[in-house]
Amino acid sequence: MLNRLTDTLDFQAQALSLRSERQRLIASNIANADTPGYVAREMNFAQALKEATGTASGAAVLKTSQAGHIGGGADGTVASNRSAEANLAYAAPSQTNLDRNTVDMDRERASFADNTVKYEATLRFINSNVRTTLSAITGQ
Amino acid sequence: MSMMNIFNVSGSAASAQSQRLNVVASNLANADTVAGPDGQAYKARQVTFQTQLVGAQNDPTAAGVKVSSISEDQTAGRRVHDPKHPSADADGYVTYSNVNAVEEMVNMISASRSYQNNIEVMNTAKSLLMKTLQMGQ
Repeated sequence: MLNRLTDTLDFQAQALSLRSERQRLIASNIANADTPGYVAREMNFAQALKEATGTASGAAVLKTSQAGHIGGGADGTVASNRSAEANLAYAAPSQTNLDRNTVDMDRERASFADNTVKYEATLRFINSNVRTTLSAITGQ
Repeated sequence: MSMMNIFNVSGSAASAQSQRLNVVASNLANADTVAGPDGQAYKARQVTFQTQLVGAQNDPTAAGVKVSSISEDQTAGRRVHDPKHPSADADGYVTYSNVNAVEEMVNMISASRSYQNNIEVMNTAKSLLMKTLQMGQ
């Protein structure tokens, strides 16, 4: 019963963590806008969220038989690192650059603003979820 | 907290851009110098940026910037015929620095825009973090 209350919260928490990772990725791209040879990265957000919440169909999970084995699914840090790595793609350059830098500042700024709004939306979902649960507990 | 690393990433970029701005300033200041302390005319300097991973265990999503080297432009300086100048050579020519003022101004505006971009990223990250801290209230 209780997990019904927290299931939505878990999903939003995973989404929030992925949003903050994407925010950092875009910040890295903006920071390296003048670095020669830097290749811009972008995250496949839908796929990463599916893998983080365990709803992916084709996500490979390592089988573990001993306590010391590094698993791919249950262990939070390893799994999140793996999925973050696997879902990183290289952004296709829209214009060529003499120093082989592929950061498109217009696109990065747009992605950054988009990600900011969606991060705040997820935060509001979490807050309203907490408020709903609290009002249900207090019964007022 | 992956959001905390944004300050490292954007902070390193802002610091690198301010170093570039510093180099531009010294180039512009020396645009008309004739001879430096070593008796040679001033040579324009240029910074080179390099990606530097600032996150834990070489995380590719936290890529900051550092200034890897500062190189000197080796092209010949501007030569002006002025036999009355105290630094003129035997043929009456004075060698000025090889700074191209237009190039430096473009460089300056580019550095200042990149600096502003990174500061804005930090401001946005800060306001998001403040909202995250108030979660559930």
